[in-house]
Amino acid sequence: MSGLPDPRLPSGPLADAWRRTRETSPLISPLRKSQIDILVVGTGLAGASTAATLAQQGYRVTVLSFHDSPRRAHSVAAQGGINAARAVAVDGDSISRLFSDTLKGGDFRAREAGCQRLAEISSGIIDQCVAQGVPFAREYGGSLATRSFGGALVSRTFYARGQTGQQLLYGAYQALMRQVELGRVRLLTRRDVLELITIDGVARGVVARHLLTGELEVHTARTVLLCSGGYSNVYFLSTNALKSNASAIWRAHRKGALFANPCFTQIHPTCIPSGDAFQSKLTLMSESLRNDGRIWLPKRAGDQRPANEIPEEERDYFLERMYPTYGNMTPRDVASRRARELCNAGHGVGPGGRSVYLDLNDAIANEGRDTIAARYGNLMTMYERISGDDPYQTPMRIYPAPHYTMGGLWVDYQLMSSIPGLFVLGEANYSEHGANRLGASALMQGLADGYFIAPSTVTSWLAGHAGEQIQDDHPACREALDCTQSRIDNLLNSQGNTPVDSFHRDLGAIMINHCGISRHAKGLKQGLHAVAALSERFQHEVRVPGEAHGPNAELEKALRVSDFFGLADLMLRDALAREESCGAHFREEHQSAEGEALRDDANFAHIAAWEHNANGTPIRHAEALQFTTLKPSTRSYK
Amino acid sequence: MKLTLRIWRQTTASDLGSYETYLLENVSSDLSLLEALDQLNEQLISSGRRPVSFEHDCREGICGSCGFLVNGQGHGPRTATSVCQLYLREFSDGAAITLAPWKAKAFPTIQDLMVDRSALDRIIAAGGYCSTGTGQAPDANAQPIGRQQALKAFDTATCIGCGACVASCRNASASLFVAAKLAHLGQLPQGQPERSTRARTMQIRMEEEGFGSCSSNLECEAVCPQEISADWISWMHREK
Repeated sequence: MSGLPDPRLPSGPLADAWRRTRETSPLISPLRKSQIDILVVGTGLAGASTAATLAQQGYRVTVLSFHDSPRRAHSVAAQGGINAARAVAVDGDSISRLFSDTLKGGDFRAREAGCQRLAEISSGIIDQCVAQGVPFAREYGGSLATRSFGGALVSRTFYARGQTGQQLLYGAYQALMRQVELGRVRLLTRRDVLELITIDGVARGVVARHLLTGELEVHTARTVLLCSGGYSNVYFLSTNALKSNASAIWRAHRKGALFANPCFTQIHPTCIPSGDAFQSKLTLMSESLRNDGRIWLPKRAGDQRPANEIPEEERDYFLERMYPTYGNMTPRDVASRRARELCNAGHGVGPGGRSVYLDLNDAIANEGRDTIAARYGNLMTMYERISGDDPYQTPMRIYPAPHYTMGGLWVDYQLMSSIPGLFVLGEANYSEHGANRLGASALMQGLADGYFIAPSTVTSWLAGHAGEQIQDDHPACREALDCTQSRIDNLLNSQGNTPVDSFHRDLGAIMINHCGISRHAKGLKQGLHAVAALSERFQHEVRVPGEAHGPNAELEKALRVSDFFGLADLMLRDALAREESCGAHFREEHQSAEGEALRDDANFAHIAAWEHNANGTPIRHAEALQFTTLKPSTRSYK
Repeated sequence: MKLTLRIWRQTTASDLGSYETYLLENVSSDLSLLEALDQLNEQLISSGRRPVSFEHDCREGICGSCGFLVNGQGHGPRTATSVCQLYLREFSDGAAITLAPWKAKAFPTIQDLMVDRSALDRIIAAGGYCSTGTGQAPDANAQPIGRQQALKAFDTATCIGCGACVASCRNASASLFVAAKLAHLGQLPQGQPERSTRARTMQIRMEEEGFGSCSSNLECEAVCPQEISADWISWMHREK
């Protein structure tokens, strides 16, 4: 692999380009489809929805999940909602408005054709989910209810209380289980995908480890779809599930798949802050709370009084003060950065001064406790359980935490990576969210990719690439198997005495300090040295107990963390190379006198796509972005 | 705080297994019980012993991965809580806590606190869906669904598939799990065409997988982290 492949963008007017692309794509007869094997890695929204749809079309689909059940994929934890341009609220929403919000929200670092397609598909996703029995919130008259969400001035977010991701995932999971029952999907649970198999440069399979027996397995197919999610767990403390990992995409990257904009990682402003060293994760509170909650800090730095004893005039509702139009609804990156700045300046509250208040008292006074409970009941209970405080009485304490990664494997308009035959869907790819994802857009993108885009583009690729059946003992399979086996042996043979988690915690601290909410060249360079040193120590000092066979959770973690080192290095390099501030990537050297992000369209209006280089430092390619419909403007949420 | 953990240890399904006792000192009451297990495991690894195996993932009570008996109760003493959301401040300093895996014929033990709950997926596969394919959906607003109706369906759709209801039932019945899915789909217009078939096939599959009949003890409702009401089991028995 060298150079950047053609992104295969559609020609002609942006609107309707996706329909034109679909209508001219080659097809495959249903009979032939039944002889074609497809591998899907992951069973979140993207994986489950695409596997079910491809199986429905007649393909023979094998699905691999590291969970014991597909229903556990981390999409289940998405709370707030899913965007769709249905214009039901008569507030001026439209496809073009969702398109421009997505492109602007991403700070003009995504392809406009992708954003347009996503906006066009969005409405159909809601139809699909409702037909599956997803119990979206309804108005009294029986029509679908919507709410507004951070970064948008219209009400286009569909929701099922605070458990939208769960309900959408169960819809896709049930559709998947139906295909399993029909015999069209072979579901393999408790499999960790540890290597990609390529033959003549084309993706033809994976090596997976059976997490109960420890056996390494070869799975071959005509095409491979990675739907394995994002990599926020590089930061150790994040809102991701503990087993969320980047191994499948990272191993694919090392096999030649370009990695796009790895430094575009989103920090979510409304998470329950950390306390003890053994705390294992940060829990997200849906930012829908920002609809009714007011964010504030004491005006006086170092004010130690309990929240309820700080009078109104001594409170700084800093987002409302700085951004009068959007107020508490400013996009995630802006809200996170402002919170961090004020905490650094000594205004922070809670242990270590690392949190801000999210106050629902005004909303409770205006609308009543019952209304607020109906809207956010499960979030309030969750907060009370974790923190021990009652959020109906005292304001919640929140702090930003790594949450979502916009960066991911580079894909073209057809969702194919730079390795032919390797498709990447959902959070695992780099696509429409640009440098910053809008709230409630992750579910939309995962399902757009899974239900509607990949089923069409995968067929289009397969129609032109018949390919031979691959036997499991093909030299490329054996090589991938041996390579994986030696990685496992090396970890188990390490003579150290330090548990994996200890290294992971240290890696997370380096990354959140140097490549977190804000970044600067000096810190990024320090980060690169620190990651290299830690990675070196890991090789010699890690202790992975147990054996290769049988369940071994520590070995699973060690494999994941060893992949995080390489990814962390690439994130730091990418952040260092991008000499501008855009979206969630805030370089302190590039800000205005008022502290707002300074984008550099002359030099950085491109997607950085990194190529793995076995013999040296990674190579950075740039895919220039063209904007024909909407000219890049400075984001302003004032 | 200080804790004494008495934990079921079993290397493989065919081993007999036994309880082992561990002392955990200097543990913060702001940690969750699973985080205390993490801390214990780091100590076990450093001293060259096999760490305790337990299922977990999201650690925010929604994925349904975690679950075991805490002092004999599914997910522990706090109601409406999965075990990952059980914090040590619920226990007194110096408390002794016994942890044991779910016990049910349909949930074979894997190791320590881990069991195989794939039988629940096979029950869903038997009919826990609307048989609609991608691209076959009518307009989502074509069929009005009243707010209360949608909320009632939602309340049963929240089941996270953790298996606590099975483990706490003396007949190891999956009745609450099955009833929840039947009630979710059976209360919505989309679920009507297959309503009676679904009720039949899912209950048959439940029996085939080795789950027992409802014991009417309501333990399932008491331990359900999503507080799904056992009234739905009676509702299910009126279906068909």
